[in-house]
Amino acid sequence: MGALLTPAFGTVVWASIAFLVVMFLLRRFAWGPILSALSDREQSIAGALSQAEKVRQEMADLSVSNENQMKEARAERDRMMREAREMADQMVADAKNKAKEAADKEVASAKDAIAVERKAAIAELKAEVGGLSLEIAERLLREKLESTEEQKALVNRLIDESPLN
Amino acid sequence: MSRHLTSLGIVLMLAFAGGNVGLWAQDHDSVHEAHAGEQHDGHDHDHAAHAESDGANHADAHTHHEEEFVAGEYIIHHIADAHDIHLFGDVHIPLPVLLYLGDEGFRFFMSSSFEGHGHGDKNFEDAQGVAYTLHAADGALPNGQPVNAGVITAVKSGSQLELFDFSITKSVFGMLVILTLMVWMFISVAKQYQKNPGQAPKGMANAVEPLVLFIRDEIAKPSIGAKADRFMPFLLTVFFFIFFCNLLGLVPFIGGFNVTGTMGITIVLATLVFLLTNLNGNKHYWGHLFWPPGVPLPVKFILVPIEVFGILMKPAVLMIRLTANISAGHIIILAFTSLIFIFGEGGDALAAGSGIGVFSTLFMIFMYGLELLVAFLQAFVFTLLAAIYFGDATHEPAHH
Repeated sequence: MGALLTPAFGTVVWASIAFLVVMFLLRRFAWGPILSALSDREQSIAGALSQAEKVRQEMADLSVSNENQMKEARAERDRMMREAREMADQMVADAKNKAKEAADKEVASAKDAIAVERKAAIAELKAEVGGLSLEIAERLLREKLESTEEQKALVNRLIDESPLN
Repeated sequence: MSRHLTSLGIVLMLAFAGGNVGLWAQDHDSVHEAHAGEQHDGHDHDHAAHAESDGANHADAHTHHEEEFVAGEYIIHHIADAHDIHLFGDVHIPLPVLLYLGDEGFRFFMSSSFEGHGHGDKNFEDAQGVAYTLHAADGALPNGQPVNAGVITAVKSGSQLELFDFSITKSVFGMLVILTLMVWMFISVAKQYQKNPGQAPKGMANAVEPLVLFIRDEIAKPSIGAKADRFMPFLLTVFFFIFFCNLLGLVPFIGGFNVTGTMGITIVLATLVFLLTNLNGNKHYWGHLFWPPGVPLPVKFILVPIEVFGILMKPAVLMIRLTANISAGHIIILAFTSLIFIFGEGGDALAAGSGIGVFSTLFMIFMYGLELLVAFLQAFVFTLLAAIYFGDATHEPAHH
Protein backbone atom coordinates (compact mmCIF):
# COMPACT_ATOMS: atom_id res chain seq x y z
CA MET A 1 0.00 0.00 0.00
CA GLY A 2 2.85 2.36 0.86
CA ALA A 3 4.14 2.19 -2.69
CA LEU A 4 0.79 3.51 -3.93
CA LEU A 5 0.72 6.50 -1.63
CA THR A 6 4.36 7.58 -1.70
CA PRO A 7 5.48 9.55 -4.73
CA ALA A 8 8.73 7.94 -5.91
CA PHE A 9 11.54 10.49 -6.25
CA GLY A 10 12.81 9.15 -9.58
CA THR A 11 9.33 9.15 -11.05
CA VAL A 12 8.84 12.76 -10.01
CA VAL A 13 12.12 13.74 -11.67
CA TRP A 14 11.33 11.91 -14.91
CA ALA A 15 7.77 13.18 -15.00
CA SER A 16 8.86 16.79 -14.43
CA ILE A 17 11.52 16.70 -17.13
CA ALA A 18 9.46 14.78 -19.68
CA PHE A 19 6.24 16.69 -19.15
CA LEU A 20 7.89 20.12 -19.30
CA VAL A 21 9.95 19.23 -22.37
CA VAL A 22 6.87 17.93 -24.16
CA MET A 23 4.81 20.95 -23.08
CA PHE A 24 7.35 23.40 -24.46
CA LEU A 25 7.83 21.33 -27.64
CA LEU A 26 4.10 21.20 -28.21
CA ARG A 27 3.65 24.87 -27.37
CA ARG A 28 6.23 25.80 -29.99
CA PHE A 29 5.44 23.26 -32.71
CA ALA A 30 1.84 22.15 -32.16
CA TRP A 31 -0.44 24.24 -29.97
CA GLY A 32 0.77 27.56 -31.35
CA PRO A 33 0.22 26.66 -35.01
CA ILE A 34 -3.00 24.75 -34.29
CA LEU A 35 -4.58 27.51 -32.20
CA SER A 36 -3.57 30.25 -34.60
CA ALA A 37 -4.83 28.20 -37.57
CA LEU A 38 -8.14 27.71 -35.77
CA SER A 39 -8.55 31.38 -34.93
CA ASP A 40 -7.50 32.39 -38.46
CA ARG A 41 -10.10 30.09 -39.89
CA GLU A 42 -12.75 31.36 -37.51
CA GLN A 43 -11.94 34.91 -38.46
CA SER A 44 -12.06 34.13 -42.17
CA ILE A 45 -15.42 32.38 -41.73
CA ALA A 46 -16.76 35.28 -39.68
CA GLY A 47 -15.43 37.68 -42.33
CA ALA A 48 -17.06 35.69 -45.12
CA LEU A 49 -20.36 35.64 -43.26
CA SER A 50 -20.37 39.38 -42.65
CA GLN A 51 -19.33 39.92 -46.28
CA ALA A 52 -22.28 37.80 -47.42
CA GLU A 53 -24.59 39.74 -45.13
CA LYS A 54 -23.26 43.01 -46.56
CA VAL A 55 -23.77 41.80 -50.13
CA ARG A 56 -27.28 40.65 -49.27
CA GLN A 57 -28.01 44.09 -47.82
CA GLU A 58 -26.58 45.72 -50.91
CA MET A 59 -28.78 43.54 -53.11
CA ALA A 60 -31.81 44.50 -51.07
CA ASP A 61 -30.86 48.18 -51.34
CA LEU A 62 -30.32 47.75 -55.06
CA SER A 63 -33.74 46.21 -55.62
CA VAL A 64 -35.34 49.02 -53.63
CA SER A 65 -33.56 51.61 -55.73
CA ASN A 66 -34.51 49.70 -58.89
CA GLU A 67 -38.12 49.88 -57.86
CA ASN A 68 -37.77 53.57 -57.12
CA GLN A 69 -36.25 54.14 -60.53
CA MET A 70 -39.06 52.21 -62.15
CA LYS A 71 -41.59 54.31 -60.30
CA GLU A 72 -39.84 57.49 -61.32
CA ALA A 73 -39.63 56.35 -64.90
CA ARG A 74 -43.31 55.51 -64.93
CA ALA A 75 -44.16 58.89 -63.44
CA GLU A 76 -41.90 60.57 -65.99
CA ARG A 77 -43.58 58.72 -68.81
CA ASP A 78 -47.03 59.68 -67.52
CA ARG A 79 -45.95 63.27 -67.20
CA MET A 80 -44.49 63.30 -70.68
CA MET A 81 -47.60 61.79 -72.18
CA ARG A 82 -49.79 64.28 -70.37
CA GLU A 83 -47.62 67.13 -71.57
CA ALA A 84 -47.66 65.83 -75.10
CA ARG A 85 -51.43 65.57 -75.03
CA GLU A 86 -51.71 69.06 -73.62
CA MET A 87 -49.36 70.34 -76.25
CA ALA A 88 -51.30 68.66 -79.01
CA ASP A 89 -54.56 70.08 -77.67
CA GLN A 90 -52.91 73.45 -77.48
CA MET A 91 -51.68 73.17 -81.03
CA VAL A 92 -55.05 72.14 -82.31
CA ALA A 93 -56.68 75.01 -80.44
CA ASP A 94 -54.09 77.44 -81.77
CA ALA A 95 -54.54 76.18 -85.26
CA LYS A 96 -58.29 76.56 -84.95
CA ASN A 97 -57.91 80.04 -83.62
CA LYS A 98 -55.54 80.98 -86.39
CA ALA A 99 -57.79 79.54 -89.01
CA LYS A 100 -60.74 81.37 -87.54
CA GLU A 101 -58.78 84.56 -87.47
CA ALA A 102 -57.69 84.07 -91.02
CA ALA A 103 -61.24 83.34 -92.10
CA ASP A 104 -62.54 86.33 -90.21
CA LYS A 105 -59.90 88.42 -91.83
CA GLU A 106 -60.88 87.08 -95.24
CA VAL A 107 -64.53 87.72 -94.54
CA ALA A 108 -63.75 91.21 -93.31
CA SER A 109 -61.62 92.03 -96.30
CA ALA A 110 -64.27 90.57 -98.58
CA LYS A 111 -66.85 92.71 -96.89
CA ASP A 112 -64.63 95.71 -97.27
CA ALA A 113 -64.12 94.87 -100.91
CA ILE A 114 -67.81 94.40 -101.38
CA ALA A 115 -68.47 97.69 -99.67
CA VAL A 116 -65.94 99.38 -101.86
CA GLU A 117 -67.35 97.71 -104.92
CA ARG A 118 -70.83 98.75 -103.93
CA LYS A 119 -69.78 102.29 -103.39
CA ALA A 120 -68.09 102.22 -106.71
CA ALA A 121 -71.11 100.63 -108.28
CA ILE A 122 -73.41 103.14 -106.66
CA ALA A 123 -71.13 105.89 -107.81
CA GLU A 124 -71.11 104.45 -111.26
CA LEU A 125 -74.82 103.97 -111.12
CA LYS A 126 -75.25 107.52 -110.08
CA ALA A 127 -73.12 108.62 -112.96
CA GLU A 128 -74.98 106.31 -115.29
CA VAL A 129 -78.35 107.47 -114.00
CA GLY A 130 -77.23 111.03 -114.46
CA GLY A 131 -76.03 110.22 -117.97
CA LEU A 132 -79.25 108.41 -118.77
CA SER A 133 -81.33 111.21 -117.35
CA LEU A 134 -79.47 113.62 -119.50
CA GLU A 135 -79.90 111.36 -122.54
CA ILE A 136 -83.58 110.94 -121.80
CA ALA A 137 -83.99 114.60 -121.31
CA GLU A 138 -82.18 115.23 -124.58
CA ARG A 139 -84.28 112.73 -126.42
CA LEU A 140 -87.46 114.19 -124.98
CA LEU A 141 -86.45 117.48 -126.03
CA ARG A 142 -85.64 116.20 -129.47
CA GLU A 143 -88.95 114.44 -129.91
CA LYS A 144 -90.57 117.78 -129.98
CA LEU A 145 -92.44 117.24 -127.10
CA GLU A 146 -95.83 117.71 -128.84
CA SER A 147 -98.22 116.13 -126.69
CA THR A 148 -97.99 115.24 -123.23
CA GLU A 149 -99.21 111.78 -124.28
CA GLU A 150 -96.41 111.35 -126.52
CA GLN A 151 -94.07 112.65 -123.95
CA LYS A 152 -95.30 110.28 -121.43
CA ALA A 153 -95.06 107.37 -123.87
CA LEU A 154 -91.67 108.44 -124.75
CA VAL A 155 -90.53 108.67 -121.16
CA ASN A 156 -91.87 105.21 -120.41
CA ARG A 157 -90.29 103.74 -123.45
CA LEU A 158 -87.05 105.33 -122.62
CA ILE A 159 -87.27 104.07 -119.13
CA ASP A 160 -87.95 100.61 -120.36
CA GLU A 161 -85.14 100.83 -122.78
CA SER A 162 -82.74 102.04 -120.19
CA PRO A 163 -80.48 99.32 -118.82
CA LEU A 164 -81.53 100.12 -115.29
CA ASN A 165 -82.01 97.08 -113.36
CA MET B 1 -23.52 20.82 -13.56
CA SER B 2 -20.39 18.97 -14.61
CA ARG B 3 -18.86 19.52 -11.22
CA HIS B 4 -21.85 17.98 -9.49
CA LEU B 5 -21.63 15.06 -11.85
CA THR B 6 -17.96 14.64 -11.08
CA SER B 7 -18.35 14.74 -7.34
CA LEU B 8 -21.10 12.17 -7.66
CA GLY B 9 -18.73 10.07 -9.76
CA ILE B 10 -15.98 10.39 -7.20
CA VAL B 11 -18.26 9.40 -4.34
CA LEU B 12 -19.47 6.40 -6.33
CA MET B 13 -15.97 5.37 -7.30
CA LEU B 14 -14.59 5.65 -3.82
CA ALA B 15 -17.58 3.82 -2.38
CA PHE B 16 -17.08 1.02 -4.89
CA ALA B 17 -13.35 0.88 -4.45
CA GLY B 18 -13.46 1.16 -0.68
CA GLY B 19 -16.13 -1.48 -0.37
CA ASN B 20 -14.26 -3.89 -2.55
CA VAL B 21 -10.90 -3.43 -0.95
CA GLY B 22 -12.43 -3.90 2.47
CA LEU B 23 -14.16 -7.05 1.33
CA TRP B 24 -10.97 -8.57 -0.02
CA ALA B 25 -9.01 -7.62 3.04
CA GLN B 26 -11.49 -9.52 5.21
CA ASP B 27 -11.40 -12.49 2.91
CA HIS B 28 -7.67 -12.46 2.97
CA ASP B 29 -7.59 -12.55 6.76
CA SER B 30 -10.01 -15.41 7.14
CA VAL B 31 -8.36 -17.44 4.41
CA HIS B 32 -5.00 -16.70 5.91
CA GLU B 33 -6.03 -17.96 9.32
CA ALA B 34 -7.81 -21.04 8.02
CA HIS B 35 -4.82 -22.19 6.04
CA ALA B 36 -2.08 -20.93 8.25
CA GLY B 37 -1.44 -24.21 10.04
CA GLU B 38 -1.11 -26.51 7.07
CA GLN B 39 0.86 -24.03 4.95
CA HIS B 40 3.78 -23.63 7.29
CA ASP B 41 4.96 -27.22 7.25
CA GLY B 42 5.60 -27.75 3.59
CA HIS B 43 7.59 -24.63 2.99
CA ASP B 44 10.22 -24.36 5.58
CA HIS B 45 12.98 -24.01 3.02
CA ASP B 46 11.28 -20.92 1.65
CA HIS B 47 11.26 -19.45 5.10
CA ALA B 48 14.92 -20.08 5.51
CA ALA B 49 15.81 -18.58 2.14
CA HIS B 50 13.88 -15.41 2.73
CA ALA B 51 14.80 -14.99 6.35
CA GLU B 52 18.40 -14.46 5.33
CA SER B 53 17.77 -11.60 3.00
CA ASP B 54 14.70 -10.01 4.57
CA GLY B 55 13.22 -9.00 7.82
CA ALA B 56 11.60 -12.13 9.17
CA ASN B 57 8.19 -10.47 9.47
CA HIS B 58 7.45 -10.47 5.76
CA ALA B 59 9.08 -13.69 4.85
CA ASP B 60 6.11 -15.19 6.62
CA ALA B 61 3.69 -13.32 4.38
CA HIS B 62 5.53 -14.25 1.17
CA THR B 63 5.18 -17.97 1.46
CA HIS B 64 1.44 -17.59 1.56
CA HIS B 65 1.29 -15.42 -1.53
CA GLU B 66 2.67 -18.20 -3.62
CA GLU B 67 0.14 -20.74 -2.50
CA GLU B 68 -2.98 -18.80 -1.71
CA PHE B 69 -4.66 -16.31 -3.98
CA VAL B 70 -4.94 -13.08 -1.98
CA ALA B 71 -7.07 -10.54 -3.84
CA GLY B 72 -5.84 -7.47 -1.95
CA GLU B 73 -2.18 -8.14 -2.67
CA TYR B 74 -2.93 -9.20 -6.23
CA ILE B 75 -4.72 -5.92 -6.87
CA ILE B 76 -2.12 -3.72 -5.22
CA HIS B 77 0.60 -5.54 -7.15
CA HIS B 78 -1.19 -4.72 -10.40
CA ILE B 79 -1.90 -1.07 -9.79
CA ALA B 80 1.40 -0.20 -8.10
CA ASP B 81 4.34 1.01 -10.13
CA ALA B 82 6.97 -1.67 -10.94
CA HIS B 83 10.43 -2.04 -12.36
CA ASP B 84 9.23 -4.29 -15.16
CA ILE B 85 6.08 -4.86 -17.19
CA HIS B 86 4.35 -8.04 -16.04
CA LEU B 87 2.45 -9.44 -19.01
CA PHE B 88 1.26 -12.83 -17.62
CA GLY B 89 2.62 -15.71 -15.60
CA ASP B 90 6.41 -15.44 -15.55
CA VAL B 91 6.61 -13.28 -18.68
CA HIS B 92 8.03 -9.83 -17.93
CA ILE B 93 9.28 -7.06 -20.17
CA PRO B 94 12.46 -5.80 -18.49
CA LEU B 95 12.89 -2.07 -18.00
CA PRO B 96 16.08 -0.11 -17.37
CA VAL B 97 17.13 0.41 -13.76
CA LEU B 98 19.13 3.57 -13.12
CA LEU B 99 20.38 4.13 -9.60
CA TYR B 100 22.40 6.89 -8.03
CA LEU B 101 24.45 5.53 -5.14
CA GLY B 102 26.07 8.67 -3.76
CA ASP B 103 29.84 8.10 -3.69
CA GLU B 104 29.49 4.99 -5.83
CA GLY B 105 28.00 7.11 -8.68
CA PHE B 106 25.37 5.95 -11.15
CA ARG B 107 24.55 2.30 -11.82
CA PHE B 108 22.62 1.08 -14.83
CA PHE B 109 21.29 -2.42 -15.50
CA MET B 110 18.11 -4.06 -16.78
CA SER B 111 15.47 -5.18 -14.32
CA SER B 112 15.84 -8.70 -15.74
CA SER B 113 19.18 -8.88 -13.87
CA PHE B 114 17.24 -9.36 -10.66
CA GLU B 115 17.05 -13.02 -9.73
CA GLY B 116 14.17 -14.72 -8.03
CA HIS B 117 10.83 -16.05 -9.15
CA GLY B 118 7.27 -15.50 -8.10
CA HIS B 119 6.39 -12.94 -5.51
CA GLY B 120 9.42 -12.92 -3.21
CA ASP B 121 12.17 -10.31 -2.93
CA LYS B 122 14.59 -10.31 -5.85
CA ASN B 123 18.32 -9.89 -5.62
CA PHE B 124 21.21 -8.87 -7.84
CA GLU B 125 24.86 -8.30 -7.13
CA ASP B 126 26.90 -6.27 -9.62
CA ALA B 127 30.61 -6.48 -10.49
CA GLN B 128 31.52 -3.77 -7.97
CA GLY B 129 30.15 -5.91 -5.16
CA VAL B 130 26.98 -3.92 -4.54
CA ALA B 131 24.07 -6.18 -3.63
CA TYR B 132 20.64 -4.87 -4.65
CA THR B 133 17.31 -6.06 -3.31
CA LEU B 134 14.00 -5.39 -5.02
CA HIS B 135 11.51 -5.63 -2.18
CA ALA B 136 8.29 -7.49 -2.78
CA ALA B 137 6.33 -6.25 0.20
CA ASP B 138 6.22 -3.43 2.71
CA GLY B 139 8.59 -4.02 5.62
CA ALA B 140 11.74 -2.73 7.21
CA LEU B 141 15.47 -3.00 6.57
CA PRO B 142 17.69 -4.64 9.19
CA ASN B 143 18.62 -1.13 10.40
CA GLY B 144 14.93 -0.44 11.06
CA GLN B 145 14.38 1.89 8.11
CA PRO B 146 10.88 1.22 6.67
CA VAL B 147 10.75 0.12 3.05
CA ASN B 148 7.83 -0.18 0.64
CA ALA B 149 7.03 -2.87 -1.86
CA GLY B 150 8.73 -2.24 -5.21
CA VAL B 151 11.63 -0.29 -3.70
CA ILE B 152 15.25 -1.16 -4.46
CA THR B 153 17.83 -1.04 -1.68
CA ALA B 154 21.57 -1.57 -2.00
CA VAL B 155 24.13 -3.01 0.38
CA LYS B 156 27.92 -2.91 -0.01
CA SER B 157 30.14 -4.88 2.36
CA GLY B 158 27.43 -5.06 4.98
CA SER B 159 26.42 -1.37 5.05
CA GLN B 160 23.31 0.15 3.52
CA LEU B 161 24.06 2.55 0.69
CA GLU B 162 22.05 5.73 0.24
CA LEU B 163 20.23 5.28 -3.03
CA PHE B 164 18.19 7.40 -5.44
CA ASP B 165 16.16 5.38 -7.89
CA PHE B 166 15.92 7.03 -11.32
CA SER B 167 14.72 3.84 -13.04
CA ILE B 168 12.43 3.91 -16.02
CA THR B 169 9.61 2.19 -14.15
CA LYS B 170 6.41 0.93 -15.69
CA SER B 171 4.62 4.23 -15.09
CA VAL B 172 7.56 6.31 -16.33
CA PHE B 173 7.74 4.10 -19.42
CA GLY B 174 3.99 4.47 -20.00
CA MET B 175 4.30 8.23 -19.54
CA LEU B 176 7.17 8.43 -22.04
CA VAL B 177 5.19 6.37 -24.55
CA ILE B 178 2.20 8.69 -24.21
CA LEU B 179 4.31 11.86 -24.37
CA THR B 180 6.11 10.59 -27.48
CA LEU B 181 2.76 9.73 -29.04
CA MET B 182 1.51 13.23 -28.21
CA VAL B 183 4.55 14.93 -29.73
CA TRP B 184 4.19 12.94 -32.93
CA MET B 185 0.42 13.28 -33.09
CA PHE B 186 0.03 16.99 -32.39
CA ILE B 187 3.00 18.10 -34.47
CA SER B 188 1.63 16.19 -37.44
CA VAL B 189 -1.78 17.73 -36.80
CA ALA B 190 -0.15 21.17 -36.69
CA LYS B 191 1.55 20.42 -40.02
CA GLN B 192 -1.79 19.47 -41.48
CA TYR B 193 -3.20 22.84 -40.43
CA GLN B 194 -0.23 24.66 -41.89
CA LYS B 195 -0.51 22.74 -45.14
CA ASN B 196 -4.21 23.49 -45.66
CA PRO B 197 -4.80 26.89 -44.10
CA GLY B 198 -8.44 27.85 -43.83
CA GLN B 199 -9.64 24.40 -44.89
CA ALA B 200 -11.96 22.05 -43.03
CA PRO B 201 -9.92 19.63 -40.87
CA LYS B 202 -9.25 16.13 -42.16
CA GLY B 203 -8.12 12.87 -40.57
CA MET B 204 -6.40 13.24 -37.22
CA ALA B 205 -6.91 17.00 -37.15
CA ASN B 206 -10.62 16.31 -37.41
CA ALA B 207 -10.43 14.07 -34.33
CA VAL B 208 -8.31 16.48 -32.32
CA GLU B 209 -10.04 19.72 -33.25
CA PRO B 210 -13.29 19.22 -31.29
CA LEU B 211 -11.30 18.52 -28.12
CA VAL B 212 -9.00 21.50 -28.66
CA LEU B 213 -12.01 23.73 -29.26
CA PHE B 214 -13.77 22.20 -26.26
CA ILE B 215 -10.84 23.06 -24.02
CA ARG B 216 -10.51 26.54 -25.46
CA ASP B 217 -14.19 27.48 -25.57
CA GLU B 218 -15.72 25.48 -22.71
CA ILE B 219 -12.86 25.37 -20.22
CA ALA B 220 -10.24 28.07 -20.74
CA LYS B 221 -12.28 31.04 -21.95
CA PRO B 222 -15.16 30.83 -19.44
CA SER B 223 -12.79 30.16 -16.51
CA ILE B 224 -9.87 32.44 -17.30
CA GLY B 225 -11.29 35.05 -19.63
CA ALA B 226 -9.04 37.37 -21.58
CA LYS B 227 -5.78 35.77 -20.42
CA ALA B 228 -6.84 32.27 -21.48
CA ASP B 229 -4.35 32.13 -24.36
CA ARG B 230 -1.40 32.23 -21.97
CA PHE B 231 -2.53 29.01 -20.26
CA MET B 232 -3.73 27.14 -23.33
CA PRO B 233 -0.50 25.17 -23.96
CA PHE B 234 -0.47 23.84 -20.39
CA LEU B 235 -4.19 23.07 -20.34
CA LEU B 236 -4.08 21.28 -23.69
CA THR B 237 -0.97 19.30 -22.80
CA VAL B 238 -2.28 18.29 -19.39
CA PHE B 239 -5.71 17.36 -20.76
CA PHE B 240 -4.41 15.14 -23.54
CA PHE B 241 -1.73 13.68 -21.29
CA ILE B 242 -4.23 12.64 -18.61
CA PHE B 243 -6.80 11.48 -21.15
CA PHE B 244 -4.34 9.33 -23.10
CA CYS B 245 -2.71 7.92 -19.96
CA ASN B 246 -6.14 7.01 -18.61
CA LEU B 247 -6.94 5.25 -21.88
CA LEU B 248 -3.57 3.47 -21.85
CA GLY B 249 -4.52 2.10 -18.44
CA LEU B 250 -7.62 0.52 -19.94
CA VAL B 251 -5.81 -1.37 -22.71
CA PRO B 252 -5.75 -5.04 -21.70
CA PHE B 253 -2.82 -7.50 -22.18
CA ILE B 254 -0.06 -4.88 -22.06
CA GLY B 255 0.64 -5.15 -18.37
CA GLY B 256 -1.97 -2.81 -16.93
CA PHE B 257 -0.39 0.63 -16.97
CA ASN B 258 -1.58 2.91 -14.19
CA VAL B 259 0.25 6.11 -15.12
CA THR B 260 -2.31 8.60 -13.85
CA GLY B 261 -2.80 6.45 -10.75
CA THR B 262 0.86 6.92 -9.85
CA MET B 263 1.47 9.59 -7.22
CA GLY B 264 4.91 10.44 -8.57
CA ILE B 265 3.32 11.60 -11.84
CA THR B 266 0.14 13.26 -10.58
CA ILE B 267 2.15 15.20 -7.98
CA VAL B 268 4.14 16.76 -10.82
CA LEU B 269 0.96 17.84 -12.60
CA ALA B 270 -0.44 19.24 -9.35
CA THR B 271 2.82 21.08 -8.62
CA LEU B 272 2.74 22.66 -12.07
CA VAL B 273 -0.82 23.84 -11.43
CA PHE B 274 0.32 25.25 -8.07
CA LEU B 275 3.28 27.05 -9.63
CA LEU B 276 1.35 28.41 -12.60
CA THR B 277 -1.43 29.65 -10.32
CA ASN B 278 0.79 31.41 -7.83
CA LEU B 279 3.43 32.71 -10.23
CA ASN B 280 0.65 34.33 -12.26
CA GLY B 281 -1.24 35.61 -9.21
CA ASN B 282 -1.97 39.33 -9.51
CA LYS B 283 -2.30 41.98 -6.81
CA HIS B 284 -6.01 41.29 -6.50
CA TYR B 285 -5.41 37.55 -5.88
CA TRP B 286 -2.78 38.08 -3.19
CA GLY B 287 -4.83 40.86 -1.66
CA HIS B 288 -7.81 38.57 -1.26
CA LEU B 289 -5.54 35.90 0.16
CA PHE B 290 -3.77 37.88 2.87
CA TRP B 291 -6.26 40.68 3.52
CA PRO B 292 -9.75 39.42 2.68
CA PRO B 293 -11.87 42.50 2.05
CA GLY B 294 -15.17 43.07 3.83
CA VAL B 295 -14.35 40.82 6.79
CA PRO B 296 -13.96 41.96 10.43
CA LEU B 297 -10.40 41.95 11.72
CA PRO B 298 -10.70 38.96 14.10
CA VAL B 299 -12.16 36.86 11.31
CA LYS B 300 -9.19 37.75 9.14
CA PHE B 301 -6.93 35.93 11.58
CA ILE B 302 -8.96 32.78 11.06
CA LEU B 303 -9.50 33.24 7.35
CA VAL B 304 -5.94 33.96 6.24
CA PRO B 305 -4.45 30.66 7.48
CA ILE B 306 -7.35 28.81 5.87
CA GLU B 307 -6.79 30.63 2.59
CA VAL B 308 -3.05 29.99 2.69
CA PHE B 309 -3.69 26.34 3.46
CA GLY B 310 -6.18 26.40 0.57
CA ILE B 311 -3.60 27.34 -2.04
CA LEU B 312 -1.71 24.16 -1.16
CA MET B 313 -4.86 22.11 -0.71
CA LYS B 314 -6.36 22.87 -4.11
CA PRO B 315 -3.59 21.25 -6.18
CA ALA B 316 -3.23 18.48 -3.59
CA VAL B 317 -6.89 17.65 -4.06
CA LEU B 318 -6.41 17.67 -7.84
CA MET B 319 -3.63 15.11 -7.41
CA ILE B 320 -5.56 12.88 -5.01
CA ARG B 321 -8.77 13.02 -7.05
CA LEU B 322 -7.01 11.93 -10.23
CA THR B 323 -4.87 9.23 -8.60
CA ALA B 324 -7.74 7.83 -6.56
CA ASN B 325 -10.23 7.79 -9.41
CA ILE B 326 -7.97 6.03 -11.86
CA SER B 327 -6.66 3.58 -9.27
CA ALA B 328 -10.20 2.93 -8.08
CA GLY B 329 -11.30 2.01 -11.59
CA HIS B 330 -8.45 -0.45 -11.88
CA ILE B 331 -9.18 -1.82 -8.42
CA ILE B 332 -12.81 -2.56 -9.29
CA ILE B 333 -11.95 -4.33 -12.52
CA LEU B 334 -9.21 -6.34 -10.78
CA ALA B 335 -11.59 -7.11 -7.93
CA PHE B 336 -14.05 -8.68 -10.31
CA THR B 337 -11.25 -10.68 -11.85
CA SER B 338 -10.24 -11.78 -8.36
CA LEU B 339 -13.79 -12.94 -7.64
CA ILE B 340 -13.43 -15.66 -10.25
CA PHE B 341 -10.30 -17.08 -8.59
CA ILE B 342 -11.69 -16.77 -5.09
CA PHE B 343 -14.87 -18.64 -5.93
CA GLY B 344 -12.99 -21.08 -8.12
CA GLU B 345 -10.75 -21.87 -5.12
CA GLY B 346 -7.75 -22.45 -7.35
CA GLY B 347 -9.56 -24.90 -9.62
CA ASP B 348 -11.26 -26.91 -6.85
CA ALA B 349 -14.64 -25.33 -7.50
CA LEU B 350 -14.79 -24.97 -11.28
CA ALA B 351 -18.55 -24.61 -11.43
CA ALA B 352 -18.63 -21.79 -8.89
CA GLY B 353 -15.67 -20.15 -10.60
CA SER B 354 -17.31 -20.31 -14.04
CA GLY B 355 -20.63 -19.04 -12.72
CA ILE B 356 -18.99 -16.09 -11.04
CA GLY B 357 -16.86 -15.67 -14.16
CA VAL B 358 -19.94 -15.00 -16.28
CA PHE B 359 -21.24 -12.52 -13.73
CA SER B 360 -17.84 -10.87 -13.30
CA THR B 361 -17.28 -10.58 -17.03
CA LEU B 362 -20.62 -8.86 -17.56
CA PHE B 363 -19.87 -6.50 -14.72
CA MET B 364 -16.37 -5.84 -16.02
CA ILE B 365 -17.76 -4.91 -19.42
CA PHE B 366 -19.99 -2.42 -17.68
CA MET B 367 -17.04 -1.14 -15.65
CA TYR B 368 -14.94 -0.75 -18.77
CA GLY B 369 -17.65 1.44 -20.25
CA LEU B 370 -17.74 3.47 -17.07
CA GLU B 371 -13.96 3.70 -17.00
CA LEU B 372 -13.90 5.04 -20.55
CA LEU B 373 -16.22 7.77 -19.35
CA VAL B 374 -14.10 8.35 -16.23
CA ALA B 375 -10.95 8.52 -18.38
CA PHE B 376 -12.39 11.52 -20.18
CA LEU B 377 -14.14 12.94 -17.15
CA GLN B 378 -11.05 13.00 -14.95
CA ALA B 379 -8.97 14.64 -17.66
CA PHE B 380 -11.76 17.19 -18.10
CA VAL B 381 -12.14 17.82 -14.35
CA PHE B 382 -8.41 18.25 -13.80
CA THR B 383 -8.16 20.69 -16.70
CA LEU B 384 -11.30 22.57 -15.70
CA LEU B 385 -10.25 23.01 -12.07
CA ALA B 386 -6.73 24.02 -13.09
CA ALA B 387 -8.28 26.61 -15.42
CA ILE B 388 -10.54 27.88 -12.63
CA TYR B 389 -7.53 28.30 -10.31
CA PHE B 390 -5.65 30.15 -13.06
CA GLY B 391 -8.73 32.30 -13.54
CA ASP B 392 -8.88 33.11 -9.81
CA ALA B 393 -5.24 34.12 -9.88
CA THR B 394 -5.45 36.35 -12.95
CA HIS B 395 -8.93 37.91 -12.75
CA GLU B 396 -8.84 41.68 -12.66
CA PRO B 397 -11.20 43.06 -10.03
CA ALA B 398 -14.52 44.11 -11.49
CA HIS B 399 -15.59 45.82 -8.25
CA HIS B 400 -14.23 46.80 -4.75
